[in-house]
Amino acid sequence: METKYTFKDFQTDQEVRWCPGCDDYVVLRAVQKALPEMGRNKEDFAFISGIGCSSRFPYYVETYGMHTIHGRATAVATGVKLANPKLSVWVATGDGDAMAIGGNHFIHLLRRNIDIKIILFNNEIYGLTKGQFSPTSLIGQKTKSSPYGNTQPPFNPGELAIGSSARFFARIGGNVPKEQTDLFIEADKFKGTALIEVLQNCVIFNDGCYTQYTDKEVKDDKQIYLQHGKPMIFGKERNKGLVLKGLKLEVVTIGENGVTEADILIHDAKESDPTLHLMLARLHYPLATGIIRSVEEPTFEEREDALYNKVKETSKYKTVDDLFFAGETYEVK
Amino acid sequence: MITENNQAKQTRENAVLENVVIRFVGDSGDGMQLTGTQFSDTSAMFGNDVATFPNYPSEIRAPQGSLYGVSGFQVHIGSVNITSPGDSVDVLVAMNPAALKTNIDALKAGQMCIVDTDEFNKKNFEKAHYDTNPLEDGSLENYKLIQVSMTSLTREALSGMGLDNKAVVRSKNMFALGMVYFIFNRSMDHTIEFFERKFKSKPELVEANIKVLKAGYYYAETMEIISTTYQIAPAKMQPGTYRIINGNTATAWGLLAAAHNSGLELFLGSYPITPATDILHELTKHINFGIKTFQAEDEIAGITSSIGASFAGSLAITTTSGPGLALKGEAIGLAMMMELPLVIIDVQRGGPSTGLPTKTEQSDLMQALYGRNGESPVIVIAASTPENSFDYAYEACKLALEHMTPVILLTDGYIANGSAPWKIKKTSELPSITPRIAKTGTTYNPYDRDEKTLARVLAIPGTPGMEHRIGGLEKDKKTGNISYAPENHEYMVNIRAEKVKRVQDHIPAIHSEFQEEGDLLVVGWGGTYGSLSAAVSQINIEGYKVGHMHLNHINPLPKNVAETMKKFKKIVVCELNKGQMANVLRMNFPEFQYLQYNKVQGLPFTTFELTERFKQLI
Repeated sequence: METKYTFKDFQTDQEVRWCPGCDDYVVLRAVQKALPEMGRNKEDFAFISGIGCSSRFPYYVETYGMHTIHGRATAVATGVKLANPKLSVWVATGDGDAMAIGGNHFIHLLRRNIDIKIILFNNEIYGLTKGQFSPTSLIGQKTKSSPYGNTQPPFNPGELAIGSSARFFARIGGNVPKEQTDLFIEADKFKGTALIEVLQNCVIFNDGCYTQYTDKEVKDDKQIYLQHGKPMIFGKERNKGLVLKGLKLEVVTIGENGVTEADILIHDAKESDPTLHLMLARLHYPLATGIIRSVEEPTFEEREDALYNKVKETSKYKTVDDLFFAGETYEVK
Repeated sequence: MITENNQAKQTRENAVLENVVIRFVGDSGDGMQLTGTQFSDTSAMFGNDVATFPNYPSEIRAPQGSLYGVSGFQVHIGSVNITSPGDSVDVLVAMNPAALKTNIDALKAGQMCIVDTDEFNKKNFEKAHYDTNPLEDGSLENYKLIQVSMTSLTREALSGMGLDNKAVVRSKNMFALGMVYFIFNRSMDHTIEFFERKFKSKPELVEANIKVLKAGYYYAETMEIISTTYQIAPAKMQPGTYRIINGNTATAWGLLAAAHNSGLELFLGSYPITPATDILHELTKHINFGIKTFQAEDEIAGITSSIGASFAGSLAITTTSGPGLALKGEAIGLAMMMELPLVIIDVQRGGPSTGLPTKTEQSDLMQALYGRNGESPVIVIAASTPENSFDYAYEACKLALEHMTPVILLTDGYIANGSAPWKIKKTSELPSITPRIAKTGTTYNPYDRDEKTLARVLAIPGTPGMEHRIGGLEKDKKTGNISYAPENHEYMVNIRAEKVKRVQDHIPAIHSEFQEEGDLLVVGWGGTYGSLSAAVSQINIEGYKVGHMHLNHINPLPKNVAETMKKFKKIVVCELNKGQMANVLRMNFPEFQYLQYNKVQGLPFTTFELTERFKQLI
């Protein structure tokens, strides 16, 4: 596609203030590379965030942006998008921001299906407040507020999202800029709320939390990068695959026990029934990445617009003055 | 049952009254709100000035006949200026024992009490905790008791129509209304037309209601017990086109007018809460005007979605009541910090906590002024009558857009649900509204300010070349970039406060009504205007020199408050709270002594209690 911008057009003059080595830098660069590919004018984006390390994001993207209050980015973004549906509205949020203090707005945005893109920086920890457990921290995880181990079971963001009627859910490692850029472009093309969970390493308070999945050495064996219409195959040797056994997904090896490629499930991200997507989202071995679910339905703003046109057509009142003077009025002389 | 008595007709007196207060009370399913509204609308169209006060339980359908399920509607009509729904009642219509028990104390001695005797049975006495039949035990001796078997007469009037018992019983309120129409020489036409419109597709219901209404009217006409009928002449009111409007509708319409005159799209983010929800209902009806209403998942999303809409260039509104205002506090601080225009409407109710959701109070003043972290002044204004809720909703929008700040508009359950005649305003008669939107082709710094008002300018997303970021962190006074510099923070705190202070130059001066100087100045604010005005008017008639200063602009206060107060020997601040405005005045003008009159019963002031207190104070 022809593009009039490069990633530099989306850099601001602000000094980026994340910790050295933070995956947030990777995501920022991936976003700045994706934006020029979306065929939109620079002024037609709005980046909205709440509070947390990742919520500094809008300050670093050269377009319109708002750094709001803890947990409310999804609700603020809702207002921005409803007021001006022409804008491409993005939310940068973290696991605490989206799923603890902002949990209510997060699930309702997904339910309503407003055309907003959410980048969820999931590092399984509170970084900005210096290391407390978050709603995605693991049982037993030792943090400053759980020195003897966390006792609160975590949310799985994909499971929560699909349970909240998410139509688009993707997951991606924090250290793979190219794949991130691709996913952001795909999310932009998708009409409706799109959630991209980034497995973001926090070098200071939760370093290595995803190493078992994202390390270059193990990545191909421990992750399955899903692509719509393609068989669910993974592994360095490309010889592992997923099959459905009863109500569970099972890992099989192609060429063993008579398993052939034809036995492997084909990923259908566009299937409206979320059952298999939910199973994929819950899977730990392999960890599913890529676009897990992508099902287009009318958006909230489309439904609202249709309603507006219908009501407008049948309304008795052309102006508010018509309304004020209609019905039971009387004259005093 | 109807006994012809031509004698009564001929000898009946016809008295002229200046004003009268009528209260309809019954079960919450008895249709008392409808009955009262019909009577007040009919009277307004006849030319009377009117004020109404609905008083209903928070239970949607409380058990029949119970004391806490009583719903009432009070109407005050007059040929004179009517500012309040009145305290004591001239005519009480009680549909059952519970309604009688909970309302009889409001009826003036010697005045008329109409009851439906069919409901006065053992079962209902028990529910109303009556040991004996009040109609027979002499307890109503001091009143003109009119006993009518309304339920049976209604049933008789509808016999042969094939309606089920429920529909029959439900129409008995029209029997009562018919009787009251006769007593006050009112035409039934308005109500007949109302039913013809309302039940267009159910002609049997139109017929039934009209039949019962007429049955009540003719029953009163032919019955000997109604010895006097009354005339209340039209009031002297400014010429013009009027309608009856309640405070919540007037508020919603003021917002519509402001959207129209500002050229912006209106966005309402709101969450249902009594008694504010009717504003959401009303605006949602009118999406044809291109307004957007968004019922959010909670109070916080209500306001934060509005903040998003404001950033995107809409006239942004959120509506709530006390508990919701508490939840919105942090977000108000954000809008204040980002200097975005936003109107927050708090229809106050009895607090604290869930408090008295359907009752009125003025106890959110401190919350509106100070209920946020940090130094975060916002404009606070208050409407004081049902009809001027239109003007103050409009002004709230104008101030927010022109001064780039959140504005809290306080109304309350009393004026929100109360109604009064409104001389309809055309949008072209209203002051202009000029939103501060950056013109393309200019250099844009988000925190550049107008020299006089100190208001910044908004660049709407989608405008090329003006991309910028704003947020809740302290910002550099020029670029708007994040700044932790100590002097910059102090500068910004001061300038945000000064911006709100300078709104003083854009609000009208205050004056004392009735007297410009005298022995006592009655100070009030917000929804108590009607009650205070009625009391001060009365006490002046009795020869006292009492003024009434009523505040609609609270932050900032009008410039001449001290000057106005100075001319009186004593000052009494009257509020439906424990003295919140009194304390605001003490803080602002410590040179005065403030007496207080406070009431926290979930009810408005009565003229009687006010005048008694004023006399003690003088």
